This record gives sequence, structure tokens and C-alpha cells, in this order.
Amino acid sequence: MSSRPSAKPAAPAPSSKVKTLTIDDRLVSAREDESILDAARDNGIQIPTLCNLDGLTPVGACRLCMVEVKGSSRLFASCVTMVGEGMEVVTDSERLQKYRKTIVELLFSERNHVCAVCVSNGHCELQNLAQTLGVTHLTVPYRNPKLPVDASHERFVNDHNRCVLCQRCVRVCGEVEGAHTWDINGRGIGARVITDLNQPWGSSETCTGCGKCVQVCPTGALTEKGKSVREMSKRTRFLPYLTMMREDRSE
Amino acid sequence: MSKVKLATVWLDGCSGCHMSFLDMDERILEIAARVEVVYSPLVDLKEFPADVDVTIVEGGVSSEEDLHKIRMVRSRTKLLIALGDCAVTSNVPGMRNTFKVDDVMKRAYFENADLKQQVPCEVIPRLLPRTRPVHEIVPVDVFLPGCPPPADVIFGALVSLLDGTTPDLSATRFGR
Repeated sequence: MSSRPSAKPAAPAPSSKVKTLTIDDRLVSAREDESILDAARDNGIQIPTLCNLDGLTPVGACRLCMVEVKGSSRLFASCVTMVGEGMEVVTDSERLQKYRKTIVELLFSERNHVCAVCVSNGHCELQNLAQTLGVTHLTVPYRNPKLPVDASHERFVNDHNRCVLCQRCVRVCGEVEGAHTWDINGRGIGARVITDLNQPWGSSETCTGCGKCVQVCPTGALTEKGKSVREMSKRTRFLPYLTMMREDRSE
Repeated sequence: MSKVKLATVWLDGCSGCHMSFLDMDERILEIAARVEVVYSPLVDLKEFPADVDVTIVEGGVSSEEDLHKIRMVRSRTKLLIALGDCAVTSNVPGMRNTFKVDDVMKRAYFENADLKQQVPCEVIPRLLPRTRPVHEIVPVDVFLPGCPPPADVIFGALVSLLDGTTPDLSATRFGR
């Protein structure tokens, strides 16, 4: 799917140049190695995201952060598009809203997200996105695929019914824990997250059981065992601290 | 001014959405002053009447009876509201959709039955191959997701619709 995650996101060089651009008609400046998404957020402009997580290398998997850039009819994933001098970016338009809603609808239709009986109900980023984007129903049919639940791990569960293929688990395991237990197998609609060489999680030899993948998972796909409906809230704030501490040590 | 004719129907759901509707407490009097409830699981009437202004549907479309009912309801209703996740997404009743109907019946009436193991063939309507959201069968005008949608949202939506304005649905979502 994507390139193998690098060991650590590159630290910004102190001498990096500054670019000036407009985002939603606002003149802003950003370092040349900053993404449009980061530049927007630095200026209080919110762009919806799902696969993006502070502390992990952006991959542009979910496409929710797409923006319009003047002079091009294409849309750009703002998490992986760097700022440019004189760029004119639009982060919200009727067209973008339509695409974002459709993306969320397709995510819901692709698997069996039955929010009402999910351990992550009320703490789910997909559920929140549907709410903020105004997705009150699906305009595409549900696929209702038959998908397995891997509960072979001693402490965690992998429920493919609720996976959105954001690859946060793949990235946190490879980039931060350094175990690279997770990967993506298959393509398109058949893509699945796998552990080691597509074997039960509980039999994985590389998994350290650290649980980082569980905490960064935006939905109820990776969860702790023994949680009931609504009980699984995730803690993602450890990630920027870990990254920061490591940067400090390398200096 | 004549009152708005309101109906509620209950397809494949747990009646929790009807409970949430009643959970608006004394505010229901405000609604009652403006509508006439012409049909509902709470009203003792067998036939769904003609010329209904607003119908609130709870539940997904699971059986041949549901299918017949929702088509008939749609043809006799001006404004159709899908209330709750079962009506909007098929939700829990739709969890059987990954299995074949025969397997579902086998599970319910043989594997999990101690006495008189048999598939009911009288009175109980036959299941459709899949439980489907209402809008996959007939056009729906307003969607109120939630399991159940909060009473405040139901009340607010009804008042907006009676006032002829667009309901604010930002306080509800899939799940709860």
C-alpha cells in the first residue's frame, strides 16, 4: 500500500525557509517543510482527518483532508502536500464537503460498523466525523461483508468489522515501537490489517504487547479485551510526548 | 387550522426509539396540541389510515410484513421520518445480514431451542434475505440517526418540521 515507514519523522532543520500562502483567503506563513494541514492547524483552521495522527508519518490514506489548490482541478491530500509560495488553498467548499461525506459513507458501507453495540461507541473518530460532517444516513448500499474477529491475543482484540484501514497501527508499531508487527494484506476492498505473516495476533512472535496500536486505533477495530459497549476510550496523547522525548535525546 | 395528522410505525426494532419519543416528558403536550395521532403502536387501530401528514418509522425492514407495511405507509404519507439507527442503517437487526436466512433460523429455532425445535411457518412473517434501512426500500424525507435518538432531538425536529423549518440534527449521530 504505502512505503515502509521510516524510523522517525525528520526533525525540521532550524534554517528552513518560510513560505507565504493563503488558506481560505487568510494570508499565512509556514516553514517550507510544513504540510498544508499543519499550516492550517497552526492558524486555527480545522480540516477533518482520520488517518492522520500527531507523532506518526502522514500517509494520506483516508483522503478526508483533501483541499482545493487554485490553478489545479485535482484535489490534494493536505497532510502529504507541502506548502508552496503563493499557494491559494481552499479547505472547505461544497465540492469538498460532498467528497468528505461520501468518503465517510463508503467507510461505513464497506464494513459492519454497528455503532450501537461497539465498545468504542461514543469514543470513535469515525462516528464523530459522521456527526460533524452531517452524515445522517448512507446514500450507498451496505456491503455487509463477512469478516473475522481475531481474539487470539491475550489482552487485545482485532475486529475487522470496524477497521477503516487508516494504517495508524501499522505506523505506530513500525515507527514508534519498532516491532513492525502490523501490515496491510491484499488490495482495495480486500485489504486487511494483518499481524506478522497473516497469522493470529496471539501467535505473533514480533508483537511486544505494548498496546500502542490499540490506543491509536480511531475506531473499535483494535480494543482491549473485557470492554463492553461504550467502555473503550483511547489514549493517544502519549505519542507526541514519546516523539518529543526521543528528539530531545538525539540532540 | 386543522391539526397535522401524525402516525408512528414500528418495524424491526426494539421500541427504544418510541420510548425515547415518550421521554420528551411534558413537552409531549406541546406536540399533542399541534398534531392528531392517527396511528401508532400506542393507538388501538388496525388499519393504517389514508392521508397522513407525517409518519415516524422505527426499525429496519426485515420481513415480508415490514416490506408490505412500509410501502403502504409511504403511499399514504406526505412526510416520512426514519427514526433511529435501525430505520436509518439497519443496525442490530442487520447484524444477521452476513449470514444466510436458513442459518439464522437454524440458530434461533434449533441450536438455541430446547423444546419443540421447528421453524415457525404460520402467523410469523417470513424474513427477507437481508434487513435493510428504510430508505433503501422507499424514499425517506428526514433522517434521525441514534440508538436511540435523544428525546431532545426528536422534540426539536418535530417542532421544526411543524414550524416548516429544517431540523437541526447536529446533536445526534449513529450509535449514541
